Amino acid sequence: MLCTLSSCGISYKFINENFPVIFYLLRRILYTIPIALGVSLICFMLVHIAPGDPINAIAPPDAPLDVVAQLKHDYGLDKPLPVQFSIWLIRVAQGDLGHSLVTGRSVWEELKDAIGNTLRLSLVAATIGFFLGSVFGATAAAFRGTWIDRTLVALAVTGVSLPHYWLGMVLVVIFAVLLNILPAMGAGPGGMTWIWDWEHMQFLILPALTLSAIPMGIITRTVRGIVVEVLNQDFVTTLRGKGLLKSHIFNHVLKNVAPSASAVMGLQLGYLMGGSILVETVFSWPGTGLLLNNAIFQRDIPMLQGTILVLAMLFVSLNLIVDLIQTTLDPRIKRS
Amino acid sequence: MKTIHEPLVQVRDLRVRFVSKDATVHAVNGIDFDLDSHETLCVLGESGSGKSVMLRSLMRLNPPNKTVISGTLRVNGQDLVTATERQLSDLRGRVVSMIFQEPMTALDPVFKIGRQIAETIIRHEGISRAEADKRALDLLELVQIPSAKERLNAYPFEMSGGLRQRAMIAIALACKPKLLLADEPTTALDATVQIQILLLLRKLQKELGMGVIFVTHDLGVAGEIADRIAVMYAGRFIEEGPTRELMRSPLHPYTQGLLGATVHPGMRGSRLITIPGAPPNLEHLNEGCAFAPRCSKSQPICLNQTPNATQTSPGRSACCVLLAHAA
Repeated sequence: MLCTLSSCGISYKFINENFPVIFYLLRRILYTIPIALGVSLICFMLVHIAPGDPINAIAPPDAPLDVVAQLKHDYGLDKPLPVQFSIWLIRVAQGDLGHSLVTGRSVWEELKDAIGNTLRLSLVAATIGFFLGSVFGATAAAFRGTWIDRTLVALAVTGVSLPHYWLGMVLVVIFAVLLNILPAMGAGPGGMTWIWDWEHMQFLILPALTLSAIPMGIITRTVRGIVVEVLNQDFVTTLRGKGLLKSHIFNHVLKNVAPSASAVMGLQLGYLMGGSILVETVFSWPGTGLLLNNAIFQRDIPMLQGTILVLAMLFVSLNLIVDLIQTTLDPRIKRS
Repeated sequence: MKTIHEPLVQVRDLRVRFVSKDATVHAVNGIDFDLDSHETLCVLGESGSGKSVMLRSLMRLNPPNKTVISGTLRVNGQDLVTATERQLSDLRGRVVSMIFQEPMTALDPVFKIGRQIAETIIRHEGISRAEADKRALDLLELVQIPSAKERLNAYPFEMSGGLRQRAMIAIALACKPKLLLADEPTTALDATVQIQILLLLRKLQKELGMGVIFVTHDLGVAGEIADRIAVMYAGRFIEEGPTRELMRSPLHPYTQGLLGATVHPGMRGSRLITIPGAPPNLEHLNEGCAFAPRCSKSQPICLNQTPNATQTSPGRSACCVLLAHAA
């Protein structure tokens, strides 16, 4: 028995020394290539299945047919779809996301600012949502079965069920229209550079609150579930039997809850980044969501393709970061 | 003003009920016993006989919001029935410790073994982390864990069941308790490992001079470790006595049945005798002897009258009307 044990001990060290995290990282980064290809291809096909034509957005409705044909030729839209996709793909591989059909500006230039804004909004929303969710969830679990538990769970269900855009509009009506204390739209008093002062941050409050409702609800319910599960485990009785005080036991519970809770939080952050289209539209927040919304309505294919590709890459790298964090938090994953 | 000799554990008419909206479970229904230090008492019983509940109540570890406890319960001169939660947590792990049945789940999976031992010492003795770590190492050596130094930094999942149970024992012994409670500590282990753990426990008990209460359903284990055995049925001690005598000549029909249902060498070919029926439902306890419905020797009086303990010789007693008549 002892022999097999020590050989186990040796083998996990062996794995750790010969296949360090860098190899794991490399493998995961290689995985992103097929994901990026797949996402781009599906997005490209969907745009072309949908009715409407990018030329209609650029050329006036009464433009003569030969002008339209010329435009199509100039933008390469007359080529067969596989060829169009290949051309786009080769350019992207060279680091060129192309130019917007509508504004003529470089897609990357537009995206850069938008990503910054989206990150800012989703990170603040996530912080609010995760903080409230963790506090509510842990409290509900500690008082499970009581009215406190039921109230917090009801709050969580409400947070998950309220439609984003509706909540956004209600908040605008209350705080911008009736009370007139917070701005209703935009990302600052003018100028593109963001500063973390009240002038700018007041624009962030309403969209961030709106966006935080769903993660708040989901994290409340997740954390409650995990904490209840951990509290029911035998080792909590052992801890009480050792004479540990409530604060010590809380530490133990926290460390047991952290890995799974952080996994759910990471996924939620991903959804926030990709899924803030409606909220950004309601508040005219100049992020990737608003960019996507406009690109969809204007059939701005390069813009659409570029934004979705970048968002997909963000989502994938976020998942990778979450996995790495989880690995450091949970010794059972770290050492096996 | 202390009495000249107060036993380490003094239990009188201990009753434990679990009250919830749906039902009240009478888990422990009047238990009396004393235990001195250096002494090992084995509580023998089927699952559902209330033995684990009884054991946990000796450090008030049953879920606080639905447990109702009554009677006298004194450990090391302290009254546990009236103790506050803070007093109890000072007592737990320092004066009274417990080893649990499942070493797999009773240890925190994401804390290193060394840390789980050291935190108990830090909690009760307020010494520094470094000193506590050193004590943890000594403890792992005390419970004979090979390459103890490396195991300090191991997580429970990296150890075998036997080693985990040894680590569990190390945690329980961290502050040299006066009373060690063991809740079926060998049930989840392989037979060979069981013996090792039992021998270790017996050795440690001698060295540290603890009182030990050992709960098990395994007669062999009880015979191996106990000075005295108490047989528990439906929340009561129905028979009590020194190990050898109780095993040789059981008084209560239930104990006789238990011994008859155990495999001995030299029994090959003969049929095992079993006790018909199932243990009573502790939600609805009837008048009379709880074992009467399953007892082959039951008489009309058994169904009406709860028998009291009858002492047959010093330290030997059983709760059965047959004995009361004979005496």
